[in-house]
Amino acid sequence: MNATQTKTQSLLAPVLGMAVIGLTMLFAVGHAQSATLHDAAHDMRHATGFPCH
Amino acid sequence: MFQKMMTGALIAGIGAGLLAAVLHFAFIQNYILLGEQYETGELVHFAAPEAAVATHDHAEAADHGTAEPAASDHGAADHGAHEHGDGETSTIERNALTVGFTVLLYVAYGIMLTVGFAIAAQFGKRITATEGALWGLAGFAAFQLAPGMGLAPELPGSAAADLAARQVWWWSTVVATGLGIALIAYGRSLIATLAGAALIAAPHVVGAPLLDGYYGYAPTEVGAIFSSRVLGVGLAVWVVLGWLAGRQWDRSGAAA
Repeated sequence: MNATQTKTQSLLAPVLGMAVIGLTMLFAVGHAQSATLHDAAHDMRHATGFPCH
Repeated sequence: MFQKMMTGALIAGIGAGLLAAVLHFAFIQNYILLGEQYETGELVHFAAPEAAVATHDHAEAADHGTAEPAASDHGAADHGAHEHGDGETSTIERNALTVGFTVLLYVAYGIMLTVGFAIAAQFGKRITATEGALWGLAGFAAFQLAPGMGLAPELPGSAAADLAARQVWWWSTVVATGLGIALIAYGRSLIATLAGAALIAAPHVVGAPLLDGYYGYAPTEVGAIFSSRVLGVGLAVWVVLGWLAGRQWDRSGAAA
């Protein structure tokens, strides 16, 4: 195993972890339709171009 | 590694999110409130004669700051079936939530950008603050401009197609545009460039889910200025987000 492979593997977990966290946040903040979340995020969703309701 | 990346994304996201909140209240919030006054029938655009008749009595009650959106007896009942709970939520609480969620949103975007940096670094690209600002432009194009070309930023009081269908189109457009931009920016062949252009165009060829007519209650002028301000603020904040995230990435040693 050469150095590049080691580096790639050591990056895979943090990058995947970050991607999952980022996408989950984006979904929760921008798209989830629970009434509480929707009302709380309402003005932000309108102001950042999400399909709101 | 995770900690370095996450710290950079958090710093960039919080900084950009706070800027977004300031710009939101300077340029956008008033139009949201105005749109809601049309949505609830508190204000009536002259070009909506049926609604005008049905909501006439509301004109006198309109001055109450906390007027309840009484959905039962005005013309916009089905249109405005979505309630905002304004009656129960104070302005301070509402605006604090907006600040909080705006920061959360840009933290999420900051994380996505940083993931992009890490992938680009695998291909030998060095990300600096300047490079980051360009990534910010690309992020704006992918997450706001491209979806906005099909689904214009919605002023409260405008009507739109089925929510789930719009969300699917939104995500598809974001992914296609992001991949397309990456192919054009970092692809090394004409074919990659052409494929990138095709990906960017595809969602617009398919077309966003639309209604069969126009049912908005707010004046077009309000909707137009609202949309252009949303996009203008989005552009400014995304460039700052990218610049900050790129700077953090370059300095944190996460790139090394």
